[in-house]
Amino acid sequence: MVLKTLDVLGPLHGYGLARRIEQISGGLLAVNQGTLYPVLLKLEQEGAIASEWGASENNRKARFYRLTREGRKQLQAETKDWEQTAAIIGRFFEAKAEDLS
Amino acid sequence: MRSLRRFLSRLGYFVTRRQDNERFREEIEEHIALQTEENLRAGLSPAEARRQAMLKFGGVEAMKQDYRDERGLPLIENLMQDVRFALRLLRKSPGFTAVAVLTLAVAIGANAVVFSVMNGLILRALNVPQAQSLYIIERASDKDSSQSYPNYLDLRDRNRSFDGLAAYNIDQVALDAGKNPSRAWVFEVSGNYFDALGIQPYLGRVIHASDEQGANSAPYIVLTYAYWHSHFQGDLSVVGRVLQLNRHPFTVIGVTPPSFRGTVLIFSADFFVPITNQDQSLLNARGNHWVSEVIGHPKAGVTPAQAVADLNSIGSDLEKSYPKEDGQMSFALEHAGLPGGGFNVAIQAFLGGLMLLAGLILLAACANLGSLFAARAADRSREVALRLALGAGPTRILRQLFTEAVLISMMGGVAGLWGSVVLLHWLSAWQPFPQYPLNMPVNPDANVYGVALLLSLASGFLFGAAPVKQVLRADPYQIIKSGSTAAVGRRFTVRDLLLTVQIAICAVLVTSSMVAVRGLLRSLHSNFGFEPQNAMLVDADLNMAGYSGDGVPAMQRRMIDAVQALPDVTSVALVNTPPLQAACCNESNVFTDETTDLRPSNVTAKAMRFSVSPEYLHTARTSLLSGRDLTWRDDKSAPRVAVVNRLFANKIFGSTANALDRYYKMDDETRVQVVGIVEDGKYSPNITEAPPPAMFLPILQSPSTEAWLVLRSSGNPQQLGAAVRTKLRDLDSGLPLFIQTWNEAMDGALFASRMAAVSLGILGVMGAMLSVTGIFGMAAYSVSKRLRELGIRMALGAQRKEVLEAALGRAFKLLAFGSTAGLLLGIMASRVLAFIVYQATPRDPLVLAGVVLAMALLGLVATWVPAQRALTVDPAVLLREE
Repeated sequence: MVLKTLDVLGPLHGYGLARRIEQISGGLLAVNQGTLYPVLLKLEQEGAIASEWGASENNRKARFYRLTREGRKQLQAETKDWEQTAAIIGRFFEAKAEDLS
Repeated sequence: MRSLRRFLSRLGYFVTRRQDNERFREEIEEHIALQTEENLRAGLSPAEARRQAMLKFGGVEAMKQDYRDERGLPLIENLMQDVRFALRLLRKSPGFTAVAVLTLAVAIGANAVVFSVMNGLILRALNVPQAQSLYIIERASDKDSSQSYPNYLDLRDRNRSFDGLAAYNIDQVALDAGKNPSRAWVFEVSGNYFDALGIQPYLGRVIHASDEQGANSAPYIVLTYAYWHSHFQGDLSVVGRVLQLNRHPFTVIGVTPPSFRGTVLIFSADFFVPITNQDQSLLNARGNHWVSEVIGHPKAGVTPAQAVADLNSIGSDLEKSYPKEDGQMSFALEHAGLPGGGFNVAIQAFLGGLMLLAGLILLAACANLGSLFAARAADRSREVALRLALGAGPTRILRQLFTEAVLISMMGGVAGLWGSVVLLHWLSAWQPFPQYPLNMPVNPDANVYGVALLLSLASGFLFGAAPVKQVLRADPYQIIKSGSTAAVGRRFTVRDLLLTVQIAICAVLVTSSMVAVRGLLRSLHSNFGFEPQNAMLVDADLNMAGYSGDGVPAMQRRMIDAVQALPDVTSVALVNTPPLQAACCNESNVFTDETTDLRPSNVTAKAMRFSVSPEYLHTARTSLLSGRDLTWRDDKSAPRVAVVNRLFANKIFGSTANALDRYYKMDDETRVQVVGIVEDGKYSPNITEAPPPAMFLPILQSPSTEAWLVLRSSGNPQQLGAAVRTKLRDLDSGLPLFIQTWNEAMDGALFASRMAAVSLGILGVMGAMLSVTGIFGMAAYSVSKRLRELGIRMALGAQRKEVLEAALGRAFKLLAFGSTAGLLLGIMASRVLAFIVYQATPRDPLVLAGVVLAMALLGLVATWVPAQRALTVDPAVLLREE
């Protein structure tokens, strides 16, 4: 989710990310926002995202995260994986008794 | 790939310890500020806006913890934190630390030493190529490894399963390199010895099978590296030199590599000579088992069992061909290393027992420290409760406790290992018998270090586990509320059980060491059948001095007369080997006079056989029960006679009374008349063996070049020794002499008992030390826990006796119970001891009293300090404090 958000919206700071995820999920995923940061650190250690200090909209110092090439690749791979998984699960839900006979 | 990169990044963080906590803090602030702004825009009051923002973010501290966990290597960071904390705690209680570390150092050191000896003597193989597959051939019946030379030749040439069978015999010779003749130890080896073992020369060449061309064909010497260095200063021109060996010229042809010192682990030879130079009569005697050992590698693909079957088929053939000489010829294989012949089994049993005891000591130490740790954990229950209340998980607290335990065990292990290394280096260099080049190559190697490390770790976890249950059960709320004076249980706890077990172990050790020491003391004053006090032995082997044939008895007579003339000497005699000497004794088959078929299976008795001069029985103070002593008239032309001991008389003739003047037969078919009967005695160096039958033959009728002068004198042994040396050197300057008192000469025979007594004594002291600390810990703990109760009792008027009973009654009960159990166990264990220590018996009132007294004393010492503390409680002060 983090990767996709960054892919769509470009570099963002932590709060922005949290807000977007909340918005996109329609408020359904309003967990403790703090849990986002360990995830960001993990992704950064893996090299999927990079971060640097910058100025936020209202000129405060903020840390901006952006997707790296590595991260884009990872996103593609995971998108594909997810689509596959979703497709399989989808087929199970669509399956009717007569299809199998 | 990704996880690797992540790990590297964590590692990088861990190593550089970059302080970017700041970054996260700023991010959090920023986050909350933004959220607050948004909440303000939504119309909340500033305070409420911030509160909502914080709530939405979640627990900041917990988040920080998560963040930290993601960032570095938390496992190692926490470990180091725990170690630092543990070190700080230990530094705060130096007394406890010192006791714990010392206890463990002693226990682990003991284990390291015993294991290292076991490692050096049993586990580690000889220093030869493919030592694992090098076997000694033993007789299956009595595990004796000696063979006769003709039998060796048959085994060597007819077997189909060995890559060459080599033989060797250990002998002592006189080597004259131009100056004073000196004694040296030599391996007489078969020609194929070095090639069968795969030993390459360091210098020159070694002996090969092609050197053996019949009698005296190979007068060659191959020096060991050590002897070459000590006696020839590493002189490279030594090869080709001619030396006088027992007054025969021998040429040095080479030097063996430094790592090779013969094929007996505990024996370092000086040099090697071909076995073909031995006496022809010896080389041809099929019935004389004088060759020390036959060794060899089975061929590739041949299992030991197949090799044994092959040897046995040759053996049964030999039994049929030579029924007189070859009795039972079935074989077994034993790994080469220690000398065979039961020695192996004995030392394995002894070291196994010692290892067991050392293991028990370590267990006792662990039990001890376990109870100390549990006590300490109880004292720290407030701290633990506080940490639990502040949200530390039980795993975190247990990890801290274990870190502390393992830290102590490691410190103890290192200290113990250091001590044991010092001791082992000394032990390796130690030569217990001046006359024999015996030593124990027990220097520690990687195995020993590994085992010590493992033992320390294991014991750390073992005693660290003692307080686990206590901590897990702790209820922080209760502890903080009521303080540490929780109710004192009347129940018998695990801790009590541990202590009882430990006291019992200590009592076992004390009992067995007392039994051993007492047995040893008694053995020094027991009746050996001769009197070693005020007697001296002079080893004057005439074979070494080049005498043979008729020259031997004449020279022996002259030696006796010369020494007799010395002023301090009251009597002198000759014996081929004195009793209780390592070289003692020759055994002969004897038969009743009626036996006609003298094959080994018809033997009536095996008797120790001594060749002695007249006066020997008198000089050795072996009392003559009936009949007469031998005289110089019992010579070659006179009828064969013998003096026998009482057991001999009973075995051959049924009773002592009718043995006198009767005849028996030796295995060479001579009839011998019994002219005297003497008391029984100890002869073979294995002092715990039951006394065997023995016969004393006149030296003129059964001559021996091997001879020891026994002289009795009241004079100073040192001066007398010097006088004897000059006197005998006057007769022949080439005599290689070895002079010692008879008591010194018996050191070898008593060595095993002494070693057993010393090691058991040390273990006993260790056990005692451990139980003192154990009881002390327990008593101190129980007093400190019940201090308030004791104060109240005293305030209410309790007497000293009652206070003591309340405080220490339990400790004493445990002590009594443990001691009784240990004493009983110790008495059972002493039956095993009786095999090693001469006259070790636990049914000895002195030993029993000694054990009880020792345990009572230990209890007194251990409870003294806690008792004082309990008695000096000042109720007023105490009650105010709480």
